Amino acid sequence: MRHNRRGEHIIRLDSVGLRYGLGPEVLRDISFALPSGSFHFLTGSSGAGKSSLLRLMYLGLRPTRGRVMLFDKDIALTRRYELPALRRRIGVVFQDFRLLDHLSAMDNVALPLRVRGVKEAEVRKHVPELLNWVGLADQINAKPPTLSGGQKQRVAIARAVIGRPDLLLADEPTGNVDDHIAMRLLHLFEELNRLGTTVLIATHNQGLIDRFPQHPRLHLERGTVFNPEEVPV
Amino acid sequence: MKLGRHSDLPLKGDATGRFLPWLVALMVYLSAVSLAGVFVLNGLVRSWDHDVSGTLTVQVQPVPGEAGEALTDERVRQAVELMRRTPGVLAARPLDKKQILSLLEPWLGNTDVVKDLPLPRLIDVTVDADANLDLLVLADRLSRSVQGATLDDHRIWLSRLINLSRTTEWVAIAILVLIGCVTSATVIYATRTSMAVHRGVIEVLHLIGAHDDYIARQFADRSFALGFSGGLMGLALAVPSLTAIGWAARRIEGGFLPSLSLPVSGWVMIGLLPVAAATLSMLTARVAVHATLARMP
Repeated sequence: MRHNRRGEHIIRLDSVGLRYGLGPEVLRDISFALPSGSFHFLTGSSGAGKSSLLRLMYLGLRPTRGRVMLFDKDIALTRRYELPALRRRIGVVFQDFRLLDHLSAMDNVALPLRVRGVKEAEVRKHVPELLNWVGLADQINAKPPTLSGGQKQRVAIARAVIGRPDLLLADEPTGNVDDHIAMRLLHLFEELNRLGTTVLIATHNQGLIDRFPQHPRLHLERGTVFNPEEVPV
Repeated sequence: MKLGRHSDLPLKGDATGRFLPWLVALMVYLSAVSLAGVFVLNGLVRSWDHDVSGTLTVQVQPVPGEAGEALTDERVRQAVELMRRTPGVLAARPLDKKQILSLLEPWLGNTDVVKDLPLPRLIDVTVDADANLDLLVLADRLSRSVQGATLDDHRIWLSRLINLSRTTEWVAIAILVLIGCVTSATVIYATRTSMAVHRGVIEVLHLIGAHDDYIARQFADRSFALGFSGGLMGLALAVPSLTAIGWAARRIEGGFLPSLSLPVSGWVMIGLLPVAAATLSMLTARVAVHATLARMP
């Protein structure tokens, strides 16, 4: 169920800062918003804090300062028992995939549905369809340790999109696949975006970004976010 | 119980699955022994309590000499009469020689050698427990009215025995509580270890929107299964032990010891111990998982 209309902000960060323990701030004064239905790339050099920023956005971390508004809710003021409902509206493709090695590709992709209590008949109908779409129809019962890096990545993407999320956050989702598969996955993300999902993809792949010039970029540099035109020299 | 429910966590291969059932088995074994002790002691206390509040014994010294037997019989008759006339006394029944000898049998063995000795005669007196009988006055009246008759008030020493039994009973209950605490502490340790091992899986479930209870339920189901299997093992060990103790106790009964047999309610409670251990394991695991998950963002 989609709650946000196009144009409204699905996520907004105001003066957000993040530090790990007593270390230096890895993110500082981050302020931006993603309108509902938008599609952005997040770029930045290695170690710039892209993964940390995504972790803040998928509620894997709490900011040490500033405010995060997600689906019109201030995260700092949201009760703990309400957070799972917000997380279910977010699909995440982790950089390290984070597949469960003891489960088959089918069961890994089915996880978000089972967590929501979707009926098993529905799960058995939709998951194979999606695995087929990402080119893994013949690996449906394979467990992650037997899959290649690219196959794992596609399972991770399938798991992120199976629940038709309102917000899709992907950390280097095409890092381990060839160009053909990368384009196919990007088209999957675009298809989701057309259906209303807000998409943010963190990537190094400049060639890929150049093929989709219609999508704006957010650039992360020295722990803060700029539009590319505003990047200080 | 929901043992066959879907689980996303690979808990079956955990090391805790190997040691927890044995530990629970030991705890259930100890609990069964303690519980049996509580029931047996409770039965003893009740029986003694009933004896203390309901009965007295009058002792009549035998009269020596040729006409001693008849004189003793007369004194017994007088004592019985006096007791029956006393308000609050429900019954007074003289014991015949055969009954007196059977009471002595556990202490002296073969009573053939003592059957010709002059033995004191006993009168079993049943009193109304609510009558608030003044035993000192009654004892005085008895000794003045019937020569050689004394009132044996066993309330004092029996009360002390009952106090000892009740204290032991409370100690046994405290042991049961301690066993429960140790079992819970072990389950908490095992659950936390298991959570540390599967931290990655838990994080993924947490981040895709699993409620804490969805995760906790999987640990709780596993703990229930382990606790139940361990409980059954403990019960399987306890039943032969208790049966053997009961058999040995029955061999030395016959007046020397009151009945030490376990009542049906005791066997039922012991039979429920595996379920209790499994439920305790399940609830403890659930609480431990919730407490750990509450620290996640």
